[in-house]
Amino acid sequence: MADLSTMRTPAIEALVTASPASHLAALTALPPRTRFSFRGRPAAVTAFGTVLGFDLPQVACRFAEDGARRALWLGPDEWLVTLPDREATAFAGAAATALAGLPSSLVDVSQRSLALAVSGPMAARIINAGCPLDLSPDAFPVGMCTRTLLGKAEIVLSRTDEARFEIDVWRSFADYVWRLLEEARREFV
Amino acid sequence: MLIIACPYCGPRPELEFRYGGEAHVARPVDPSTLSDEDWGAFLYQRANPRGLHAERWRHVHGCGRFFNALRDTTTDFFAATYETGTPRPAGTPADGETSR
Ligand SMILES: [Zn+2]
Repeated sequence: MADLSTMRTPAIEALVTASPASHLAALTALPPRTRFSFRGRPAAVTAFGTVLGFDLPQVACRFAEDGARRALWLGPDEWLVTLPDREATAFAGAAATALAGLPSSLVDVSQRSLALAVSGPMAARIINAGCPLDLSPDAFPVGMCTRTLLGKAEIVLSRTDEARFEIDVWRSFADYVWRLLEEARREFV
Repeated sequence: MLIIACPYCGPRPELEFRYGGEAHVARPVDPSTLSDEDWGAFLYQRANPRGLHAERWRHVHGCGRFFNALRDTTTDFFAATYETGTPRPAGTPADGETSR
């Protein structure tokens, strides 16, 4: 099969290049990463954890991570797992072996979405321009993640630091989401 | 904005949810043995009460799961939400009664 990894370019490259800097609300595009959507019952979840190197989070709307690997709880039997591209092939092979005979699904969804980061003291406020969730640290602490809405686009939002959020957005919505965030942070650049 | 408590994710804004019709409508085990009238009733006849109504909702822009909710059709008040497959919560008023 053709190696498509060298052909991956951000769908929003021009917007990223033209984006003004801001220490109050920085907006950045994150480098490509491999994403797996995993669904399974408890036996498969345990087996998958051994391949991943840590247990999948069981608490609703929380992510767990170890080094460059991260697992996000998206539903009662659904997780989004992200890891560096170079580990993807070996990981998928090991997971397929470990999950043999256990009802589950593991789908590579790497190309489906792009990752952005919003950081700085105004980060929550910028995201709240299009997202109705309560993003105060009590209601949305560091380590929380969820699918939600940003304007008209569905996103996966996670808080990696008090003043830093990561957004996973479908490629075709990335342009819209970037412009929406850009609009929201105009007064801070 | 109306806040709906997803049984899995907790209280979330209504924008993340979709309505899914009346709850606790069991599909007949063997439809081929049903009369046309009974099959038609299963497909099309719903309660439509004024007051509390047990209905299905889906947290489509969240965990993606279906769940059940007791909602007052006159006030839009959500009296309870509970997981699909579990019975209507004990102690709650019957369909058509008011939520408070
Ligand atoms: Zn939910």
